[in-house]
Amino acid sequence: MLKILKYSFFDLMRSRWSYVYFAFYLLLGIVLLFLNNDLSKAVITLMNVIIVLVPLIGTIFGVMYFYNSKEFTELLLAQPLKRSSIFLGQYLGVALSLSMSLILGLGLPFVFYGLFKSNTIWDFSLLLITGTFLTLIFTALAFNIALSNENKIKGFGYAILLWLFLAIIYDGIFLMTLVLFEDYPLDKLSLIGTMLNPIDLSRTLILLKLDISALLGYTGAIFKQFFGTSFGLIISFIMLIVWVVLPVLRIVFKAKKKDF
Amino acid sequence: MKCFLQHSVFLILVFTSYIGFSQTINVCEDCSISSIKSAIKQAKNYDTIVIKKGTYKEYNIVIDKPLTIIGKNYPVIDGELKGEVITIISNNVTVDGLFVINVGTSYTEDYAAIRVRRSKHFVIKNIVLEKLFFGIYIEKSSYGKIYHNKIIGDAIEEYNSGNGIQLWYSNHIEIEHNYVEHVRDGIYLEFSDDCLIKNNVSAENLRYGLHFMFSNDDVYQDNTFENNGAGVAVMFSKKIKMLNNIFKENWGTASYGMLLKEINDAEIIGNTFEENTIGINIEGSNRITYKNNNFTNNGWAIKVRGACYANRFLENNFLYNSFDISYNSKVNDNVFDKNYWSNYTGYDLDKNGVGDIPYRPVKLFSYIVNRTPETIILLRSLFIDLIDFSEKVSPVFTPDNLMDNNPLIKKITW
Amino acid sequence: MVSIQNLYKKFGKNQVLSGVDLDINSGGIFAVLGPNGSGKTTLIKSVLGMVIPNKGEISVLGNNIKNSSNYRYKIDYLPQIANFPSNLKVKELVKMIKDLRGYTTEDLRLIELFKLEPFLNKKLGTLSGGTKQKVNLVLTFMFNSPLIILDEPTTGLDPISLIRLKDLIQVEKAKGKTILITSHIMSFVEEVSDEIVFLLEGKIYFKGTISELKTKTNQPDFEHAIASILTDNHA
Repeated sequence: MLKILKYSFFDLMRSRWSYVYFAFYLLLGIVLLFLNNDLSKAVITLMNVIIVLVPLIGTIFGVMYFYNSKEFTELLLAQPLKRSSIFLGQYLGVALSLSMSLILGLGLPFVFYGLFKSNTIWDFSLLLITGTFLTLIFTALAFNIALSNENKIKGFGYAILLWLFLAIIYDGIFLMTLVLFEDYPLDKLSLIGTMLNPIDLSRTLILLKLDISALLGYTGAIFKQFFGTSFGLIISFIMLIVWVVLPVLRIVFKAKKKDF
Repeated sequence: MKCFLQHSVFLILVFTSYIGFSQTINVCEDCSISSIKSAIKQAKNYDTIVIKKGTYKEYNIVIDKPLTIIGKNYPVIDGELKGEVITIISNNVTVDGLFVINVGTSYTEDYAAIRVRRSKHFVIKNIVLEKLFFGIYIEKSSYGKIYHNKIIGDAIEEYNSGNGIQLWYSNHIEIEHNYVEHVRDGIYLEFSDDCLIKNNVSAENLRYGLHFMFSNDDVYQDNTFENNGAGVAVMFSKKIKMLNNIFKENWGTASYGMLLKEINDAEIIGNTFEENTIGINIEGSNRITYKNNNFTNNGWAIKVRGACYANRFLENNFLYNSFDISYNSKVNDNVFDKNYWSNYTGYDLDKNGVGDIPYRPVKLFSYIVNRTPETIILLRSLFIDLIDFSEKVSPVFTPDNLMDNNPLIKKITW
Repeated sequence: MVSIQNLYKKFGKNQVLSGVDLDINSGGIFAVLGPNGSGKTTLIKSVLGMVIPNKGEISVLGNNIKNSSNYRYKIDYLPQIANFPSNLKVKELVKMIKDLRGYTTEDLRLIELFKLEPFLNKKLGTLSGGTKQKVNLVLTFMFNSPLIILDEPTTGLDPISLIRLKDLIQVEKAKGKTILITSHIMSFVEEVSDEIVFLLEGKIYFKGTISELKTKTNQPDFEHAIASILTDNHA
């Protein structure tokens, strides 16, 4: 698996898309920091970018890579390699190269800005960790979509729909549900609703840092336990890991059954 | 005539001290006078009692004549939880440098470490209070000074704990450089006018760091209120000046940097509100000027709960608050002008430092959260940004005249 | 060498293989023939484990191949369409396959044989179809495995390379290897193969030598023999 990872990774590192992605983050980081000169504002803007853009790029890139590397995959399949190692290797190759672009692209400008001397470093590390998780999750979801759909166009369609659903539509439905059932105790429901969507989950994780003052304004005991203690942080991370593991397991499972 | 009388009293005092009746009475554990009570009994008016280092197990010490009581190296006065420790009922009393502990707790009487009753021109300074019920209790007194005291309580529940410094029907009191923590209300004023509260730190108190009721024309400035149960409450008072205070980290459901209720004609200038669940909670308060305040990282910078008219918010910085302003009605009679809003996304094409499009500080989402508090979990979601944007374009739920027509492009410094 | 029993495979509603039984002994060249869509490639891919059969068993060198990958060390496979990752260089591809499968020096000889030296530093995406096929051949023949599977090996090859390929196949055969070929070029098949397997509608229609086929169909030459099978069955 590590060999496949290595080849996928270097293959991607050489493709211009990785550079575009890297350059985009680099530019974003520089613009936010050096033109705006406001670290707190930069972190807030970055959060918005990360929870919206990272999933989008993860899905699109994952699907694209999968379809484009069909030949490579077939070449590998004829070699004495386990299917799970081929697909996990490719998956990790994509996910890691995307994460690298993200971490380096955003990290470098922040390091040059003198992040290590600032106490925003924790907020910022959290952003990068969340971004990495989102990349892992959405690349895995993209691989699932691609594995299940031979048709490229269909695969892309589903990928974009998935993103649209999790990034926007889900929250709309979520909001409606909460407002409709406002007469009932909702704190459990709202926390569960958050857990079921990796984008919401990541957003909550960042809210814990940026908006803790507002979150503690709500009365519910479960809310209070969740946001007031490290409980929320731990649960959120566990859920993020679950969100990585489940799609990855499905990749392994699906890959075993698939014909090429 | 009066002047002559005073002078002659002074001369007599000097004379009597000179011929053997000492003006200074020393108290120590193995002196001839080993209790404070007996020292007071023996003292003449305007004598000085010096208490040497040691532990004095006494309570109900009544100071009924103008005396100066000075502790050397913080002698401990242990009330043994039996009742009030020191009660001042005379004018011109100074108490300095004592360490008072173990004040009695009662549900019927407000025992205090030091109480001043119907007296003028008192000075209470350099006192350390621990294990107390009420700390310094000023009752129907005036022209006193309370400074450099340290009050450290161990209050756990509101119903059986007292306040650090309490003023009741007292005027012209100066409270400066005190440090109060872990009591019910750090500083409490009721029916007390023309007082100055300056440079105090009030932290970790169960209820309010500072609490005003029915007190007018007071000034509080340069104080720090941090991590109190519910922040600072200013209620039913007029013409209060609140200047350069810091309100920090007051977190919780009913918690705010400052609560204003029925406050008229106040000035709130140069304060910093940082990381509070609600920066300022305003109810029924009119004609208040908010100027040059910093609202940083609060849940809600300002929450307006109706019946607030003719308030002016000028040249404040609103930085990274989850919500800048929240309103619960569609009517607005308040003015927002020339503030800096970090959430402002407009532009300044003519480069005059003022944004070319107005800023609407009230978001639709803040209404939704008011209605269904659980929705707070959707804060900063893309969907919420979208509906906020559409509300911004055509306001339906938010007051359409509520905007800052001159939002500044750069953070204000003063 | 390869033993296939009762093999069934369906793609969606399309039944491609319906009960294939086939035993291929060690040594010799076997050609798998059949009209388009008869299941040749599916059969080969099933042996390689790239297609998972619905039913039936396949064993290679006596081992059942289900859920196993190591048996592929014993197989050299030449895929039908030589599509490689386009931003890899030829050199890197060869190096990578060696890295994945094991050490060999045979590649140098093969590269020389097919005159690929000038292309070593070119990216695979820029190569012509024929050159790609040559690279493909190098990758296949550089390992010394007892079973060689060639799916349409002649595609895009120039006459000289074709001759070299035939030589290569004969050399491998002489080593006692088993070689499985699919091809549409009947002259090629006739020239190289010892035995043919004819697939029709997902079943084995004929298995035997070319002369046996000619006898069976009463046709004087191989091409006509094949044609007669097809016309008889589609008439």
